[in-house]
Amino acid sequence: MSIAKSASKGVKPLRSTSEKTESRKAWWKRYLASMKYGLHVITHPFDGFWDLIHEKRGTIAAANTFLILFLITRVLKLLLTSFQFISAPIQYINVFQEMGSLALPFIILCLANWAMTTLFDGKGRFKDIYMAMCYALIPYILIQIPMIVVSNMLTYEEGSFYTVLLSFSVIWCVFLVFVGLMEVHDYGPGKTFIFLIVTIFGAAVIIFLLLVFFSLLGDALSYFISMYREIVFRLN
Amino acid sequence: MKRTVSFLFALMLLFVSAAYADDGFSTSYTYGYDYWEDVQESPDAYRVKTVLDSTNLGMDKLDNQVLRKPQSLFVKDQELYICDTGNNRIIQVHVSGDRYDVVRVINAVKGSAEDYELAESFNLKSQEYEKAITERVKAEEKLAEMTGTSQEEENSEAAAVMEEVQESVNEVLGTESTTEAPEEVSASDAEIEAATLALEQAREREEQIHQETVEAEEKAKAQGCSIWQYDAWQKDGEGNIVSVLNTPNDIAVDDTGNIYIADTNNYRVIKMDRDCNLIWEFTKPLDATFDQSQNFLPKKIVVDVAGRVYALCQNINKGLVKFEEDGVFSGFIGANAVSVSMVDYIWKRYFQTKEQRAQTANFVPTEYENICIDADGFIYATTTVFSEGDLRWDNAKPIRRLNSLGNDILIKSDKIPPIGDIEWISGGGEATGPSKLVDITVLNNDMYVALDRVRGRLFGYDSQGVMLWAFGTKGNVDGAFNGAISIEHIGHNLLVLDQLKNSITVFEPTEYGKTIYSAIDTYLSGEYDESAALWQEVLKLNANYPLAFRGIGRAVLRQNKYKEAMEWFELAHDRENYGRAFKLYRKEWVESNIWWIVLVVALLLIVPLAIGMIKKLKWEVIMHEHSKVRK
Repeated sequence: MSIAKSASKGVKPLRSTSEKTESRKAWWKRYLASMKYGLHVITHPFDGFWDLIHEKRGTIAAANTFLILFLITRVLKLLLTSFQFISAPIQYINVFQEMGSLALPFIILCLANWAMTTLFDGKGRFKDIYMAMCYALIPYILIQIPMIVVSNMLTYEEGSFYTVLLSFSVIWCVFLVFVGLMEVHDYGPGKTFIFLIVTIFGAAVIIFLLLVFFSLLGDALSYFISMYREIVFRLN
Repeated sequence: MKRTVSFLFALMLLFVSAAYADDGFSTSYTYGYDYWEDVQESPDAYRVKTVLDSTNLGMDKLDNQVLRKPQSLFVKDQELYICDTGNNRIIQVHVSGDRYDVVRVINAVKGSAEDYELAESFNLKSQEYEKAITERVKAEEKLAEMTGTSQEEENSEAAAVMEEVQESVNEVLGTESTTEAPEEVSASDAEIEAATLALEQAREREEQIHQETVEAEEKAKAQGCSIWQYDAWQKDGEGNIVSVLNTPNDIAVDDTGNIYIADTNNYRVIKMDRDCNLIWEFTKPLDATFDQSQNFLPKKIVVDVAGRVYALCQNINKGLVKFEEDGVFSGFIGANAVSVSMVDYIWKRYFQTKEQRAQTANFVPTEYENICIDADGFIYATTTVFSEGDLRWDNAKPIRRLNSLGNDILIKSDKIPPIGDIEWISGGGEATGPSKLVDITVLNNDMYVALDRVRGRLFGYDSQGVMLWAFGTKGNVDGAFNGAISIEHIGHNLLVLDQLKNSITVFEPTEYGKTIYSAIDTYLSGEYDESAALWQEVLKLNANYPLAFRGIGRAVLRQNKYKEAMEWFELAHDRENYGRAFKLYRKEWVESNIWWIVLVVALLLIVPLAIGMIKKLKWEVIMHEHSKVRK
């Protein structure tokens, strides 16, 4: 009995670790597949975004990866591009500030878009919007990282090739954002365009509210702190 | 903030160093701007050699008259001319080494008796002409009055109605009618005829005298009369014809030794020989393009090699008044373009009423502040009228180099155009706002130095518009200014005139400044290696000197050391030269690594091919095995 018990005890965790590794393996497989699926999304945006959300081909993990890669690309671009093309004052650059100044507006815009479209029968959940937006950043990563290397192989006069490709990557991203939102919310192009503009206003409102909130919070805190000090002072 | 702190720090250093310096002269605080437009302190490029005031110049022994509001300096060879404007005189100083000897004081110009007579006769005629004009105007007025009354008579009905209304008003108010009936000027037809005749006669007389005046003028011209501003001349006791200067604001001397003086309040520019004998007077151009309601007030003059005179005149915004060598007015050059901002235009055009528009000033081109001519005959002009926002984007152009067509051809190869200080504190008050460049002087190699009135600073630029150094401050110590107004140079020494301190500060370049100059010199004369060595010297003294990076880079590039040159150009943020070096480097690299490149490309092509083939083989083998199993 005891032997059997111990045996069963011995077997069970063994089985569960194998299950865990199995599930981890499956997760990795799914994650890599969803990463690879990004290439399909940027080349076939209409189908790609639809399947990304509705056929569950995308993962949040992959979306996070793309966002982080985007931020890293941005910083690498500032630091490693030939000085002929970007003259960033390296002595003043704070990498985390640089990343934050991109990530925060990104999240706020996603939030604003979700807030607005939810009110006007947009089908997308916040998770879907975020995922679509992150997948839309892929061309930026794919083009700009090689362009950092290329910029170090060109002179300023030959820079037109460089600038054209850079603007191409940005235009591609904007197009993907547009199509992505269209597919996520099941909107028409006109409605998507209007909601892009509305989103920007929404983001402005969110930033305003955040500012107000934090300044009020600061005031409230200072009120309680001064009250506490006053009491302590009186008690002594 | 950073700037103020560093400035204060520098000031402190200045006092400390002044306390320890044994020559008794403090040094000025020198700085430059790096690529990020941050102030970089630098070693002093110039030090004060001496300060010339009335005592140093020996004016107390000469005539005991101290300098008063001097406005301008001029240097020709070793002669320094000081426009002692407040005392209506010009002081000529001979400079030899460290000695400054007053040679003479010019306060009057001598004319010839013949010319004076000619001018007198001409002037009498023109006075007569003026009288004739007033008579004619009187006659016209008289006639107009008569015809005017007759017109009034025609309108008598309306006048009667008005009178009635007035009476009724008076009745209501209970006052007696105080207004008398208008005086009836009953001009008969005969009287009108007489008046018309008188006017005719007056007109004829005017015409005749005008003719005579023109003849007199032509005669005077033909006989080479040089006196044209007759009012300024007089006969002294000994029968000499002299004219005393009145507020001379500027002086110029040409190669033959003729002296030109902008005699502002006598409304003329004098041209005289080295012994002060008048050669010509340039007066107000009687030309339709010159606004005849304005006086001719020349403030600054320059003379080119051909003897053409360019005068910067007060209240004239069409550019510089240009006189040919023979004294003939030949138009304006270098007019400032009218600059209107989009917002201003829309505001004025669409949002203001007609009355408001009439009240606000029109868009007028701005005047120049000062002018200077270089050895090649290009005129350098500065202007201080601009809006702060226009400076950075090179719309204001405070320094210009005008060609003979009056176009600005100043070379600006740097990130920031030459505007003096790049950073400043805004908000009004003393020593705030952008630099106001009041004068400019051109050294050899097309380098130029501009003088800032606001903060009493000097800014040196090379021929490409890159700042060499900046130094100077406001204050009373030597090397600081209160009312910097004019700058000149003798060789590489700089002379700055202060109109409030009534003194001239002479600066001489330090070892650092001299090294910069000789590095530029040697580069321009083609001695690149020497130039590079000198730039290395500069770097030893100032490790943050972009021009040195560039200079060494260029020299290294000529020695075909591309990689090294690229590094120097990157330090200097010089894209063009970097590109040049990089192209050569890339070519060299490709040539020396061509086999590697071929190998890599080949591998990239062959490896996938090989993999594909192997896979295919494998597949075939597997298929073969399968077929075996089936059998």
